[in-house]
Amino acid sequence: MTAVPVSKIELKPTRRRVETLQILGLIGPTALYLLLFFVFPLLIVFVYSFLKRGVYGQLVWEFNVLNYVRVFDTLYLSILWRSFVLALLNTLVCLVLAYPFAYYIARVENARTRNLLLVLIMVPFWTNFLIRTYAWRVILANDGPINLILLNTGLISQPLQLIFTNFAVVVGLVYGYLPFMVLPLYAAIERIDFSLMEAASDLYANGWQAFRKVLFPLSMPGVIAGSILVFIPSLGAFVTPDLLGGAKTVMIGNLIQGQFLTSRDWPFGSAFSVLLMLMVLGATLIYFRKGGRTL
Amino acid sequence: MSSVTTSLAPAAKVESATALPRRAISLTERLLQVNLWLVFIFFYAPIAVLIIFSFNSGRVVSQWEGFSLAWYAKLFSNRDIGLALYNSMVVAGVSTVISTIMGTLVALGMERFDFRGKLSMDSMLYLPIIIPDIAMAVMLLLFFVQAGQLLARIGFGFSLGLGTIILAHVAFNISYVAVVVRARLADFDKSLEEAARDLYANEWNTFRYVTLPLIMPGILGGALLAFTISLDDFVVTFFTSGPGSTTLPLRIYSMVKTGITPEINALSTLMLLASMVLVLGSLALQRK
Repeated sequence: MTAVPVSKIELKPTRRRVETLQILGLIGPTALYLLLFFVFPLLIVFVYSFLKRGVYGQLVWEFNVLNYVRVFDTLYLSILWRSFVLALLNTLVCLVLAYPFAYYIARVENARTRNLLLVLIMVPFWTNFLIRTYAWRVILANDGPINLILLNTGLISQPLQLIFTNFAVVVGLVYGYLPFMVLPLYAAIERIDFSLMEAASDLYANGWQAFRKVLFPLSMPGVIAGSILVFIPSLGAFVTPDLLGGAKTVMIGNLIQGQFLTSRDWPFGSAFSVLLMLMVLGATLIYFRKGGRTL
Repeated sequence: MSSVTTSLAPAAKVESATALPRRAISLTERLLQVNLWLVFIFFYAPIAVLIIFSFNSGRVVSQWEGFSLAWYAKLFSNRDIGLALYNSMVVAGVSTVISTIMGTLVALGMERFDFRGKLSMDSMLYLPIIIPDIAMAVMLLLFFVQAGQLLARIGFGFSLGLGTIILAHVAFNISYVAVVVRARLADFDKSLEEAARDLYANEWNTFRYVTLPLIMPGILGGALLAFTISLDDFVVTFFTSGPGSTTLPLRIYSMVKTGITPEINALSTLMLLASMVLVLGSLALQRK
């Protein structure tokens, strides 16, 4: 960081030097820290992704792009595709659940009730992520409450295989990220002037038309912000598919973990990390371009 | 949950089909309420199951066999968990202190001054929040392994452990603290500082007696956020830890991986209680 103040008014040389020192003192430590422990590691991953794994898992300093070529192997492409689909499915389910929920809260007249409802959506969110995921492992287990109720009521004769499936992963993801969808949606819907809805029905729009032509377009900033906030972290999810999924529900996060801790192919794992970061940065750029800045 | 997913469309259809708009609206209303309740059940059922079965005397999770505190007793006599909790507290405590100081300083610098390279500093400050956990974890692992090998050559070798976990946690916590403190600084009445200066307070005294007390809730809020994130972190810790530096989330992970025991339920209930106290405390602080 070159800390040269951009002075708007002419400053005396000494005053200017004092300001430079202040900036260095305030920004300097963090700038150095993040350069060393963030930017530098980022560069290392980037460099690693172009190297080779030796026979014994050691690093071979031979520049190549084979790691990125290997990504196009059907096995890895299918994992990428699955991560994308599961993250998208999670986003859609969150949107469908959260929209009516946020709409309902936004129209509650009593401010205290409204705040209480919002806090209630946050409470489970304050607990450890592992424990929240573990809870679903208990509930969806073959001898868990859901199967038990279904068996006792005679709806099924054999326990359903719920745990270790794509279904379990999506349930876990929705549970983990729903608040990220509710809050921006609420913020967007709350700002809408509801007399516009009345105007629509005065003009003989039915409920569906009023929703489609008035409410939904006006709440679009919230829809986009919420979708990105849910999509980004679920794309890189690791704990949820690891605890609730099985061998057939591997996502990018699990693949990266496997390359680093099991197969010890660090260059290939690095290539996948770089890809994941690029996908996330792409999504973030869309978010900012669509006016996410205001939220 | 399939009944919820379609709640909007049928509501609208019914509304357009019936001749009595008033009744139709109340049906939409009712479906909205059903959705509200289903979402809340979805949110609280897992937690309720955990809490209820932590008091179960039996081992099987789905069968109630009578009230007992046995799992709590077992938990408290488990030395591994005690050690893991201690490690977690050390990591969260130390990384919070460091990141709160650095995060507050950088927030002041970013809000108060213009300088060349401010934009790149801004992105460097936001990126650790945006980047997925797993990518952050992997890059720090590579960095520590490389640095360890390099330093070992000149006789300063180190291995993964509490130290590397703390360094990693500071790397993402600075950003969270900075965001919270900057938000506080942004809606800060600058005329108060001018008033202090008009009354001949020098720059340090203005900061010490005016600025600092005013942004204190932001600093404390940021520190609490950093503390909770650090205490909660699994992925980055998983990759940057070594033998003997098991934190509580790592311990929970290996317990969950090896099988479900009601001991985890007891631990979850206690952690739930602790995080509620922490968060309600931070809310009370921020309200000031």
